[in-house]
Amino acid sequence: MEKKGYLELYQEMVIIRLVEERSAELYQQGKIGGFLHLYIGQEAVCSGITSVRQPQDRIITAYRDHGWALSAGIDPKNVMAELLGKQDGCSKGKGGSMHMADTEKNFWGGHAIVGAHIPIAAGMALGDVYQGNDDAVTICMFGEGATNIGFFHEGLNLSKVWHLPVLWVCENNIYGMGTTMERASAVSEIRQKAEGYGMPNDRIEGMDVMKIREEVSRVLEKVRKDGGPHLLEVMTYRYRGHSMGDPERYRDKEEVKKWEEVDPIGILRKHILDEEVATEAELDEQDQEAERIVDEAVEFAESSPNPPNEALFENIYVEPTPIEYRGYAMEHESEGR
Amino acid sequence: MAELVTMPKLGFDMAEGTLVRWVKVEGDTVEKGDVIAEIETDKATVEVESSHSGVMVRHLAEEGTALPVNSPIAVLAEKGEEPSEDEINALVEEAGGEPQKKDEEKKERKETVDKEEKPEPAANEKEEPEVEPAGGVRSSPLARRMAEEHDVRLEKVEGSGPQGRVVKKDIETFLDSMREEGRVEEAEAVGKAMQPLTAFSVGEVPEDEVVEMSRLRQAIGRRMQDSNQNSPHFYLTRTFKTGEMMRLRKELNQLLPESEKLSVNDFILKASALALRQYPNLNASLEDDQHIRRHGHVNIGVAVAVEGGLMTVVCKDADQKPIRLIAQEVREMATNAREGKVRSDDIEGSTFSISNLGMYAIDDFTAIINPPESSILAVGAVQNVPVVEEGELAVGSRMKATLSADHRVTDGAEAAEFMGVLANYLEEPLRLML
Amino acid sequence: MSRMTMREAVSKALWEEMERDEKVFIQGEEVGIWGGTYAVTKGFYDHFGEKRVRDTPIAEAAIVGSAIGAALTGLRPVAELMTINFAFVAMDHIVNEAAKLHYMFGGQFKLPLVIRAVSGGGRQLGATHSQTPDAIFAHFPGLKVVSPGTPADAKGLLKSAIRIDDPVLFIENATLYQTKGEVPDDKDYLEPIGKSKVQREGDDVTIVAYSKMVPAALEAADMLAEDGIEAEVVDLRSLRPLDMEPIIKSFKRTNRAVVAEEGWRSYGVGSEVSARIYELAFDYVDAPVKRVAQAEVPLPYNAELEQLALPQTEDIYHAAKEVIYG
Repeated sequence: MEKKGYLELYQEMVIIRLVEERSAELYQQGKIGGFLHLYIGQEAVCSGITSVRQPQDRIITAYRDHGWALSAGIDPKNVMAELLGKQDGCSKGKGGSMHMADTEKNFWGGHAIVGAHIPIAAGMALGDVYQGNDDAVTICMFGEGATNIGFFHEGLNLSKVWHLPVLWVCENNIYGMGTTMERASAVSEIRQKAEGYGMPNDRIEGMDVMKIREEVSRVLEKVRKDGGPHLLEVMTYRYRGHSMGDPERYRDKEEVKKWEEVDPIGILRKHILDEEVATEAELDEQDQEAERIVDEAVEFAESSPNPPNEALFENIYVEPTPIEYRGYAMEHESEGR
Repeated sequence: MAELVTMPKLGFDMAEGTLVRWVKVEGDTVEKGDVIAEIETDKATVEVESSHSGVMVRHLAEEGTALPVNSPIAVLAEKGEEPSEDEINALVEEAGGEPQKKDEEKKERKETVDKEEKPEPAANEKEEPEVEPAGGVRSSPLARRMAEEHDVRLEKVEGSGPQGRVVKKDIETFLDSMREEGRVEEAEAVGKAMQPLTAFSVGEVPEDEVVEMSRLRQAIGRRMQDSNQNSPHFYLTRTFKTGEMMRLRKELNQLLPESEKLSVNDFILKASALALRQYPNLNASLEDDQHIRRHGHVNIGVAVAVEGGLMTVVCKDADQKPIRLIAQEVREMATNAREGKVRSDDIEGSTFSISNLGMYAIDDFTAIINPPESSILAVGAVQNVPVVEEGELAVGSRMKATLSADHRVTDGAEAAEFMGVLANYLEEPLRLML
Repeated sequence: MSRMTMREAVSKALWEEMERDEKVFIQGEEVGIWGGTYAVTKGFYDHFGEKRVRDTPIAEAAIVGSAIGAALTGLRPVAELMTINFAFVAMDHIVNEAAKLHYMFGGQFKLPLVIRAVSGGGRQLGATHSQTPDAIFAHFPGLKVVSPGTPADAKGLLKSAIRIDDPVLFIENATLYQTKGEVPDDKDYLEPIGKSKVQREGDDVTIVAYSKMVPAALEAADMLAEDGIEAEVVDLRSLRPLDMEPIIKSFKRTNRAVVAEEGWRSYGVGSEVSARIYELAFDYVDAPVKRVAQAEVPLPYNAELEQLALPQTEDIYHAAKEVIYG
């Protein structure tokens, strides 16, 4: 990889980290509502995988999707605006934290029902095969907690039976919400479940973005060539709770501190410096640039307008369809409820 | 610059949190990421980290207090900075909070628990009586609408639906029968004429009956004969548009109790009284061959059928009395008259009379003037009849009234004008209120 | 114009749409080699091949879920659920994914898929195989729910469902498959989704029905005609969107209505139609709207008990007489 590539990769991961930190603050100020699932600590996975995927490869993930949205190429301005529910959000303020997407960047969301996107991913791969897009791979992320739900089994089984080009990526951050794997899963390694489907599988470490790039490139090409599914278990860790408001009773601070010492951004930084690809000063410059970008994004988002009332009724259907009921206030045009 | 630390939102549905314990006390140095306090939410106790570095200058919330999200809980100043009391208060006020006083003056906010005295739910010992439908008549919305459109009283319609519900069919049946009522008698009469003539012999015939005339009958006879022979009567008939009057009457009656409801005659009485003010010749008596006495009072007499004859009860100064009072007086006097309890004061002094046979479905009739008055108004029934409006056939509410007037005192044109003014009052009945 | 059964009409619609557009394909349990458990896709596998007529494992969430994924890539899948009773296994994908993805992502995702399912009871299949939970699916904005009552409508509506870009749940009825009717031959014969249709005209009482209750309502109308009562039968055809216009137009003339459905009465289609009649035509109401529906019991195996629970033609007839006060 060229120096430029390294610096871009580094900056991307820093941007993701900063966006997540700022989001946490905005959440505590009450400006972001609903659920907020932070990706802090897992940046190597999304940046690593998206940096080696081809444009025709589809990416679909679960609800811890900010990192994926940013690394897939959505502008931080639109990510931030979506978090604040504004009309310039990538989902026009209609989706929120868990439902970011940009089909033009082949990023298919952002899904909140655990495991429900897994059969959908199989379907997207089916669509590519059907239409002769022979070199497209669908890359589907899910947590280890999702491997116990029915959707996982139906989806993986179908992908194997129909020989679909899906790279199943399990972001194993050890805790499914507050439950460790031992308490939820029949087997201790997720990749063992792939064995049950006769599916090729691997388990890799997930804190070193360069290692991820290497491994995933290899596996992606294999899937692309062979056409069948592959399960990749990536061992990673989230430094923050499952979502904002998580009292984290299920783990102790020591453990978190230990993992913080293998911070993916720190690892990349050290690698860049050790390999003398760039200087400390150049990396600091990337840090500052990242701060500026995220500050601008927050400013943009805060000044972006709320969607108008009519937006409530947009995009329910593609065909023009009468709305059955617009709610009492809108039907009676009452002033002030 | 000193900054406020606020109660953070720690969960998507958190509205308030309790500050359980201060970890950084006033005066402590704080690094970004240090735990400054423990906050309890509905779900858990959470350690809150500081997002800035500085010095914990002031606690704005006491341990154990619950505060809404975004309330100020502390002041963090830069190292070396010592914000004044005013500066702190300004910060707090800006954030919408109440400025705090120093330790000794701080009043502890005791949470007053509202003791709501919840009343004991009354034991439902007796069964709830079934609520009757409004108006007392069960009817479908359609039937009610039809009844209103056709001026049908729902109470008069027999309901064929469940629990006596009046439905569309019943209203239609009712309307048909009303239309046919006229024809039924016709049919009977025709039937009689059509009986075949067969051999016929007269059966038993009752004897003639001679009935003694009551004093009243005799008195009426004398007066009517006198009037008919001596007063040169002439007669004017006019059709009045009664729609507005009927509507107004209906509206007013909704406001009045059953015992005080206004009748059509009350309106006519008031209207006549006001019209007479403008035509004093009709409110007059012949004094002698050369003089007419135009009465100052307008006392309207109302003909009331009583046993054995007819009486006229008098509403004195009807032009000045409100309709409601007129109605009440006439009703009382009429009742007394029928019961034979009328006072002489009530039957004397009329200057104009009204006779109303509308309730007997009479279209129009002519009445004989009551001497010594100079005119009398004979009123027929209010009916829905075909009318022509703007060249088109429509249904209108109409009433005919015939004025009998004494030609010694007035003449046709004047009497006709009076009828016109009377019409103005009856057809724009709001004028009666003024 | 040809006379054919509803099964043939559905089959023809699928066949013609598959020929017309390569992007249309079918997937479901036993749709391929078996030819479909109701023989709707008989002959399809040999003609169109295994790529376009796909046998799936018994995995409803995957059947509907992968259809959604395929639709996202631009295909027009027709997913078949052997019966609507199995739809509950795919409930999330039908009401949480198919109905919502277009909206949640600000209009970026298009889901032009059709989910076909068979609803209804009456064949002694036991409680869990005999339900008519149509109203539940009609509850969700974002989904379109269609259920034809005649062969012509089956063909025209299914073609429309396949051609439009919205997700449609197309509910067929097993006992209706053998009913016969006149069906236009035109390959582009389309019926509009979201429009009710007057199947029989009359001035005395309005009978609203859909699916299996349409032939039942028409039979009841014949019985009423012998009594001198002319019923107007309005076929909903679509549950969402729900078209009240022909119903209200009829009701304003007749002033009374019966709503018939095969499902349970509580929280059912009749509840919605009644409420709207009262909202839109209160002053025209001469009798409370009567709902004819299934007895609120799980459907039993015993044939007589089952028929006792299910709504019949006679029930519609008697309900109509009741609202006429005749």
